[in-house]
Amino acid sequence: MKPRQKRLVYIVIALAAVGLAVGLVLNALKDNVSLYFTPTQVYNKEAPIDRSFRIGGLVEKGSMKREGDGLTVHFVITDLKKSLPVVYKGILPDLFKEGKGVVAQGKMEADGVMHASEVLAKHDENYMPPEAADALKKAKSVQ
Amino acid sequence: MFYPLAGKLVPWFAVSSAILFAVGMYLGFVVAPTDATQGEFYRIIYIHVPASILSMFLYLVMAGYAALGLVFNTRLSSMMASAMAPTGALFAFIALWTGALWGKPMWGTWWVWDARLTSELILLFLYLGFISLHASIDDPRRADRASALLAIVGSVNVPIIYFSVKWWNTLHQGSTIKFTGTSMQITMQHAMFTMLAACWLYAVAVVLSRVRSIILERERHTKWVAELPEVAL
Repeated sequence: MKPRQKRLVYIVIALAAVGLAVGLVLNALKDNVSLYFTPTQVYNKEAPIDRSFRIGGLVEKGSMKREGDGLTVHFVITDLKKSLPVVYKGILPDLFKEGKGVVAQGKMEADGVMHASEVLAKHDENYMPPEAADALKKAKSVQ
Repeated sequence: MFYPLAGKLVPWFAVSSAILFAVGMYLGFVVAPTDATQGEFYRIIYIHVPASILSMFLYLVMAGYAALGLVFNTRLSSMMASAMAPTGALFAFIALWTGALWGKPMWGTWWVWDARLTSELILLFLYLGFISLHASIDDPRRADRASALLAIVGSVNVPIIYFSVKWWNTLHQGSTIKFTGTSMQITMQHAMFTMLAACWLYAVAVVLSRVRSIILERERHTKWVAELPEVAL
């Protein structure tokens, strides 16, 4: 083999080896790389119940309640299979809405409610003007 | 020879990039409608998305040039690689910065350590590492080889960035522009693709003019550089 072909082979082998190594590491760290757990995972005891963790899903429709102080919010996070109640005291992000994505960080207390220290809104990948969104909503309510 | 050809091409790319920037900005900030859930904040995507796409793509092209330089021992491809690094780093920084500005009002945080954001940050560090490794070795040919290795190994990160939103639970939303179609209103798409084209042309113009300077600097002892009209003066 010419030296140039040899170098090319070395590079290809090195790249494949690094790719494989990174792939294996990421696969092993799967649970740590993911930002949040789903309610189903919490029920299956895959989430670290004894320390602070993040939980993600949709805010269940009609579950949001504000307490008298105007800051404490109760809502339910659902992944459409299981759901989990959350209580949070603080300012919610603009995108926080019932039926929309949310990620909450906190600890599960003995009462089975997550006491969140941080609530983040998760946006979806759809961009549309308000009129189109209204039309979509109407079409859905007709069904 | 590449040097005069690049010199002729630079103004064309620069001018067309400036025109498309103006058109894209107008489409994105004046013509395109407001988003239903995000209001006016979403308009940052016209800068954020093209910058992110280019930061990833430029890295792959840079690693490709670096590999070419390593395999075939060609000087020009290594020069191209080092000319692309600062532009790529700039786009990676813009992507992170605009993302943070958008994240604060929308998500409620400037930064989370989710897979997409973290891997994009690693991309920025790879660019900076490439630049500083290249600068820290005095002999340019040895610097080319060492930094090429870093660029090639780092290219593993690019598919991780791209697929991170699919492989793991992340706060960052999934891709809007997919090979199968785009979940976005049509005027918004036009503005987005105009801005993407403008960023492309900008990158080409800047990289070509930077590689010209690198050629001049590295070939300053050769006869043809000494005979150039702008150098002889």
